[in-house]
Amino acid sequence: MKLALLSDIHANIQAFDACLAHAEEHGANQIALLGDLVGYGADPVAVVQRSQALISQGAWALKGNHDAMAVSPPPEVKTVGDSTAAWTHAQLSEEQRQFLDALPMTWHHGNVLLVHASVDGPGLWRYVYDERAAGASLDAAASLPDVRYVFGGHVHLQTLYYRGSGGQSLMKFTPAPGVAVPVPKHRHWLATIGSVGQPRDGRTQAMYALFDTDKLQLTFHRVPYDYEAAAAAIRQTTLPSFFADRLEQGR
Amino acid sequence: MKLLEPGALLDGFEIDECIHSGGMAHIYRVHYATTPDDLGIARDPGFAMAMKIPRMTAGDGAENIVSFEVEHQLLPVLTGPHVPRFVAAGDLENVPYLVMEYLEGKTLQHWLDAPELPRVDELAHLGSAVALAVHSLHQQNTVHLDLKPANVLIRPSGMAVLLDFGLSYHAHYPDLLAEELRKAVGSPAWMAPEQVVGVRGDPRSDIFAVGVMLYQLATGKLPFGTPQTAGGLRQRLWVDPTPPRKHKPELPEWLQEVILRCLEPEAAKRYPSAAHLAFDLRHPEHVTITERGRNLVGTGFRTHFKRWWKAAGMQYQPSPLPSQQIDEVPIVMVAIPHKKVTDATLYALRQAVGRALGTRPGARLACVTVISSGLTSATDSETSVHRRYLTSLRQWAQPLDLLGHQTSYHVIESGDVAQALVTYAMGNHVSVIVIGAATHGLLTQRFVATVPIKVAMEAPCTVILVKQALPFERLIEQAAKLKPIWNKDRDAPF
Repeated sequence: MKLALLSDIHANIQAFDACLAHAEEHGANQIALLGDLVGYGADPVAVVQRSQALISQGAWALKGNHDAMAVSPPPEVKTVGDSTAAWTHAQLSEEQRQFLDALPMTWHHGNVLLVHASVDGPGLWRYVYDERAAGASLDAAASLPDVRYVFGGHVHLQTLYYRGSGGQSLMKFTPAPGVAVPVPKHRHWLATIGSVGQPRDGRTQAMYALFDTDKLQLTFHRVPYDYEAAAAAIRQTTLPSFFADRLEQGR
Repeated sequence: MKLLEPGALLDGFEIDECIHSGGMAHIYRVHYATTPDDLGIARDPGFAMAMKIPRMTAGDGAENIVSFEVEHQLLPVLTGPHVPRFVAAGDLENVPYLVMEYLEGKTLQHWLDAPELPRVDELAHLGSAVALAVHSLHQQNTVHLDLKPANVLIRPSGMAVLLDFGLSYHAHYPDLLAEELRKAVGSPAWMAPEQVVGVRGDPRSDIFAVGVMLYQLATGKLPFGTPQTAGGLRQRLWVDPTPPRKHKPELPEWLQEVILRCLEPEAAKRYPSAAHLAFDLRHPEHVTITERGRNLVGTGFRTHFKRWWKAAGMQYQPSPLPSQQIDEVPIVMVAIPHKKVTDATLYALRQAVGRALGTRPGARLACVTVISSGLTSATDSETSVHRRYLTSLRQWAQPLDLLGHQTSYHVIESGDVAQALVTYAMGNHVSVIVIGAATHGLLTQRFVATVPIKVAMEAPCTVILVKQALPFERLIEQAAKLKPIWNKDRDAPF
């Protein structure tokens, strides 16, 4: 199986379509959406519809914090993330909100466990930014003894963590795009696969990852997409233009 | 795993014989076994194969297993004639093994075990072959980190192949040995000082190991012995080895200069890339000899004490990408025409070379001119002709600020200028060629590819084509043709 892992699409239909096309070209035959389908971007309806179509064809999908926020927007705006929730809520139909609300928090398939943020309390939306947080997530997955791979999104960065042969501390590795990294199953691995629709490392290209379950190789990809169109779409709405600017800067 | 008998089968491979039984692994010659589907005809990869099976019984250290994992990770992605070709691998959960190309040749150990040490020219030849193999690895973002005579194979053609990547580092893959950080990983006799403090990923660590091997080939001795303790290992952070010429005064100064430069405790003082080292070994006459090469006594206690003090604080620092690091110290080659050349062209070439070297300390410059083979005659001896051209090359380079840039001058005799330049660039791993855009035959250019075009098409590296500044007369001609349009629009607002 070639599993395409896409997360943090954030209502960016241009980036979403570019990654899906790239994955198909590279032989992906199973798609997993790791949450945050909406929020920040201009096209929540198109992204939700595309996701629903993919799920009807067998794709897996999870709920992210922005999906939960779009279903029930916070009464008062505290963070930049909150500020687009009400707008997104208003765009979506009742049926689409119910779809988002019904998405599961984790997905377990064979030796793979998918989660939006951290297995260590998925609903607490913890950020896996370092070895310690990655270790907590992997430890929480230990209740499922067959799990060797934990894949998540949420932090908008592509990082691979692995357990050393000593079995204690985790090591952190920043992958090079397009390089197939061998991830043998006698070790435990955790990857944050980056963000499709909101790259924040100063580069504009969308991020996703492909996991080849037969060859046991994980490839992190960067995909160029029409970010000018995505930014223009945001400027057409009443959303703050800041969200358009950041797509152009990858910030 | 117990020793396999000839005829034993493993994952479609049939064992021929055990050719090596070491502490870490058994190595067997193998071939593809025939299966009923093959109709009795075994598959043929087109080359002989060897199978490496790590020793992994209870009681073997975790390092053994991790080394196998590292080699399993790297061997399939390394390419080129300086590494064995990868065939297949068995994973750790079943039977771990690696099948790779079996190579004819002798390891460097063979030269050390011989009754006589190699002659200096033979040593230089071996050394440059090893350096070029190491450079090829570094260009692939990989540092070997366990170079020693047993891991370097010399093919019958003289080309070197590197073996055993169990301790290697590749910048594009998770470093499975990083957890052993601060604990030295490697073979004590050949390990670079920075490896001792846990730095993995500096290509200059491999330069150090090549230096140790050169020292061995030159003197028959190990520069730092074989330390058994961590304290003994740390010594090389501040101690200079005994100068090779103290052991063998007949060794040339240039060779000692080269060897000791490889063995500098500080990586920044070593050759910046293995291509630079290979260059010196192939052109001993261009090695700049310093006190390092002349010294017959060794470094004094006071210096060592000062360095020891400094080394006490030395600790782990992350390394940059190996390929990026060697890209920053290019070998720049400039082709200087020796006839039908204008001052403007020579000037423009000099400007371009200055720019190419400018921001890169450690970059080296090779000035090359190609003369036709007919130029030397009975009356005008070869050396005197060469000397004349060498002098004009030096004159050309004189206005350049070459401090910190090793520079050499070469006169090549050939009937085919473009081919001679390309061959030189390939042989010396040149990173940038600077050449005049069109030195002659402008009119026939449309029909016949000129020298610079041929070089640009066939060169193995970046080529900078330099256009000469227009000579003065033509500037005046052009100016005369221009109409004085500025009068017409005198009142136009800007």
